[in-house]
Amino acid sequence: MAKIDAIMGWKELDLGCVIRQPGSSRAFKTGDWRSQRPIVDREKCNKCGLCWIYCPDLAMVPAEEGYYKVNLDYCKGCGICAKECPKDAITMVLEED
Amino acid sequence: MIEIRIHGRGGQGAVTSAELVAIAAIDDGKYAQAFPSFGPERRGAPVAAFIRVSDKPIRTREKVYGPNVVMVLDPSILKIVNVAAGLKEGGTVIINTSKTPEEMAGLLNVKAKIVTVDATKIAMESMGVPITNTTMLGALLKSTGIVSNDALGKAIDKRFGRIAEKNKTAFNRAMTETIVREA
Amino acid sequence: MAKRIGMEVSIAASEAVKLADVDLIAAYPITPQTHIVEHLAEVVADGELDAAFVPVESEHSAMSCCIGSSAAGARTFTASSAQGLALMHEILFIAPAMRLPIVMVVANRSLSGPISIWNDHSDIMAEQDIAWIQTFAENGQEVFDLVLHAFRVAEDSKVLLPVIVNLDGFTLSHVIEPIEILDKAEVDKYLPPYKPKVRLDPRKPVSMGLVGIPEIYTEAKKATNEALINSKKVVLKAWKEFGDLFGRYYNPVESYKTEGAEVILITMGSISETAMTAIDKMREKGLPVGLVRFRLWKPFPSTEFKKAIAGAQTLAVVDRALSPGGACGPVAEEIKAALYAERGRPKVFNFIAGLGGRDVTVENFEEIVSKAFTYAKKRPKQLYEMIGVREI
Repeated sequence: MAKIDAIMGWKELDLGCVIRQPGSSRAFKTGDWRSQRPIVDREKCNKCGLCWIYCPDLAMVPAEEGYYKVNLDYCKGCGICAKECPKDAITMVLEED
Repeated sequence: MIEIRIHGRGGQGAVTSAELVAIAAIDDGKYAQAFPSFGPERRGAPVAAFIRVSDKPIRTREKVYGPNVVMVLDPSILKIVNVAAGLKEGGTVIINTSKTPEEMAGLLNVKAKIVTVDATKIAMESMGVPITNTTMLGALLKSTGIVSNDALGKAIDKRFGRIAEKNKTAFNRAMTETIVREA
Repeated sequence: MAKRIGMEVSIAASEAVKLADVDLIAAYPITPQTHIVEHLAEVVADGELDAAFVPVESEHSAMSCCIGSSAAGARTFTASSAQGLALMHEILFIAPAMRLPIVMVVANRSLSGPISIWNDHSDIMAEQDIAWIQTFAENGQEVFDLVLHAFRVAEDSKVLLPVIVNLDGFTLSHVIEPIEILDKAEVDKYLPPYKPKVRLDPRKPVSMGLVGIPEIYTEAKKATNEALINSKKVVLKAWKEFGDLFGRYYNPVESYKTEGAEVILITMGSISETAMTAIDKMREKGLPVGLVRFRLWKPFPSTEFKKAIAGAQTLAVVDRALSPGGACGPVAEEIKAALYAERGRPKVFNFIAGLGGRDVTVENFEEIVSKAFTYAKKRPKQLYEMIGVREI
């Protein structure tokens, strides 16, 4: 199923439109849906992990020394992490800036 | 082709007796159908069941409108159902009653062979319950010979298992006590 | 050849399922399908059949469960009827789209309202567009044979589509009649174990039942439809092989006394047997009438049908369902569409009969044929006619 971006003909579809490659949704980068991005201020962060728990796209990932960082390939910029952070360590900034 | 209509009340085994005859007829190498009057089953309500037996494959799914034989499992049905409806000329009516065929002929007012047997009494004495279906099969066999005794015995064994013997006792008593009055 | 034994047709259906050695049955009981699933529950409980019996809480769940089971690669069966089938409706479309070879027996019954538990084809005719292969049985022997045929066709690697075997509720399902039951070794010769091309397996993960965005939905629908249309080849081949093995040959449409027939009756399901008796009677009187009956309903066997009716001037199509507000009953509609482009096509008159358990008799067929002869000379005002309806 290499033709993610191509328009497939009906004869090229796999049986019952099955996707045989596990985890192929990783190839679908949803990060470009984003109009804002989260910025983590490690000065304020207490490493509680709520941003990691709440992120609906698993785009907040554990990083070095117990901190968390944003995977911008998949972050849609929803702002849930910023809203949930008890230390106000995450701020949303416009993509254009 | 012989067509039989059985009248009874829900729970008296009208459908079972129809099934036993069809199974026995097929075991005899004939063709047969048995089916109930389709619908919800309600204990006590008047019900009918139907049998067709033929030497050739049966190619109809109609209900039975003109039976050759009518069998009545419960005498109280006579007051509420016209059991002789559509009966073919020269047909047979088999009734569970303590009355004689002569008395029944007067009551029914049909030109038919009248067959009577006190099936309720026989069933009570042989099985302890007033379920008359297998007893009435004795009367059916005696008056019509529609299936072989052997095949019907096998069908009764298979259906009733450990209570088959009691059913067969009732059946055999009916074979001897049934009274037939030609039309 | 096995001995004919007297058996209820519902039991014959479940015996076929048992002989097919299914892995999973998910079903919810509904009259007149009940005896089929009751017997299957019994044979599973008694250890005669090594299968999972899932007593679901609704038909919607039954079909959902069947889809999961079939996706995991299990041989899967269910049965339903009327309101139950209607409750499955939204899930029915998913099975062919995912190419899952589920087999279902539908004991055909009228849809309420008014509330009715009796036989007609309104339940299945409301499911015309679900992309399942559909056959109709004429008698108990066919029910047994068609269930085995259904598994064989559904699981063929060239098909992989679900199949419905239709049998008339009560009129077939509750009748004791002579049936030849094949033995396990014979069935095994005909029906090999199911080898799925793709299935849910944690060792080899796949994703099934995904979203079809506008860029792909049309192509996905086309692919399923092509599979359904092309399944006819396998349907025919599987009938041929069944006949070669067991001596009973089946065709998508069957003809009876059609030679020289001016009027041909068209039927589907168990009324066909009564119709044959009616044809015999009318032929004895010298009427040039014949009968063509459908066994395969979907994919619609256009070619075979056209061949079967060739030469007839008039068709009298009997439908067991009403298509309210439409041009005619569903069978007549399909026939008219198939014949529209034909040169010298016959006249088609449509009669709706046997709704909600109303008996269809030899007399009814005589009336239908007589009307068809009259209408052939003078076209009637109405598009179709309901037989036996009281016009007061």
